[in-house]
Amino acid sequence: MQNNTKDNNTDFEVRSLDAMCVNEENVQTPAWHNLKYLVFGLLFGIVLIKSEVVSWYRIQEMFRLQSFHMFGVIGSAVVVGAISVFIIKKFKIKTINGEEILLPNKTFNKGQIYGGLLFGFGWAMTGACPGPLFAQLGYGAAAISVTILMAIAGTWVYGKIREKIPH
Amino acid sequence: MSFIELIKQPWPWYVAGPIIGLMVPTLLIFGNKTFGISSSLRHVCAACMPAKIPFFQYDWKKELWNLFFVFGIFLGGILTAMFLKTEQPIVVDPSLVEELSGYGITAIDGLVPEQLFSWNSLGTTRGLIMMVFGGFLVGFGTRYAGGCTSGHAIMGLSNLQLPSLIATISFMAGGFIMANLILPFILSL
Repeated sequence: MQNNTKDNNTDFEVRSLDAMCVNEENVQTPAWHNLKYLVFGLLFGIVLIKSEVVSWYRIQEMFRLQSFHMFGVIGSAVVVGAISVFIIKKFKIKTINGEEILLPNKTFNKGQIYGGLLFGFGWAMTGACPGPLFAQLGYGAAAISVTILMAIAGTWVYGKIREKIPH
Repeated sequence: MSFIELIKQPWPWYVAGPIIGLMVPTLLIFGNKTFGISSSLRHVCAACMPAKIPFFQYDWKKELWNLFFVFGIFLGGILTAMFLKTEQPIVVDPSLVEELSGYGITAIDGLVPEQLFSWNSLGTTRGLIMMVFGGFLVGFGTRYAGGCTSGHAIMGLSNLQLPSLIATISFMAGGFIMANLILPFILSL
């Protein structure tokens, strides 16, 4: 899929490092088609809150091995996701636009360890990964907007210094 | 018990986990998108303040779907607060309640403890560290790792990617270190 991308960014794995930026559709659809993702996100947000995945307490329990809940959620999500991906590959299921579904392979770099540890620190402190931050804000924890802005700042600083840190 | 009362209860893991897992094929089939959320933070940077940084020089409009998705999560939070809020207090493990009370955190309620995450707590040392520095680490760390819980732990592991397994183990290791070894110091501040 990368060969048909129109932008010419040749920066070090700038796209392949991010799964999100690799896959794209060939079929051009109007921007309002993105509204379906808003609906999926909405459902996802409801699930995150009702299952208390966005609860700071559940995250603390997970990292203290005091509750099985989070391990159950993530574990069963991976099992269902893996079965789905297996079925999609096995039966070569296409998208609703008739395109082949492409799943990019990730390449290892040391950032997955260093960055992973740093994110783990942040996860245990804020009790939230990026998705839950948005859900918490919507649910009424207005001060979480500070945490979200800082997460954006962290992303920006990473972009600024990424050439200088080990990968 | 009516259906609406039933879904107002906290959902067990075996209901929530599989629904979250189904996000993977849903996004693939509806638009060839791989599940992941932290990239939205990068798209915000690329859209709002690229500052000639190569990492933010790309056509973020192509990734607009991701921003719709996170805006949906935000709206989902609002809708849940309006229509699906439970009246029951959150059930927290007794040993965690005891530990937190040792740090003076006694109001165990809501999604996050008010005494740590609120406008007022920004004026406290520990609140400032947890909200500001914690948020920074979430943004910096996820991008450095190339994904977060959704992109690596769920999408990556579903696709049997070894780098995602390494990243997921690192997330968990970082969380265990922070929660058990470092957080006690921060919470005592």
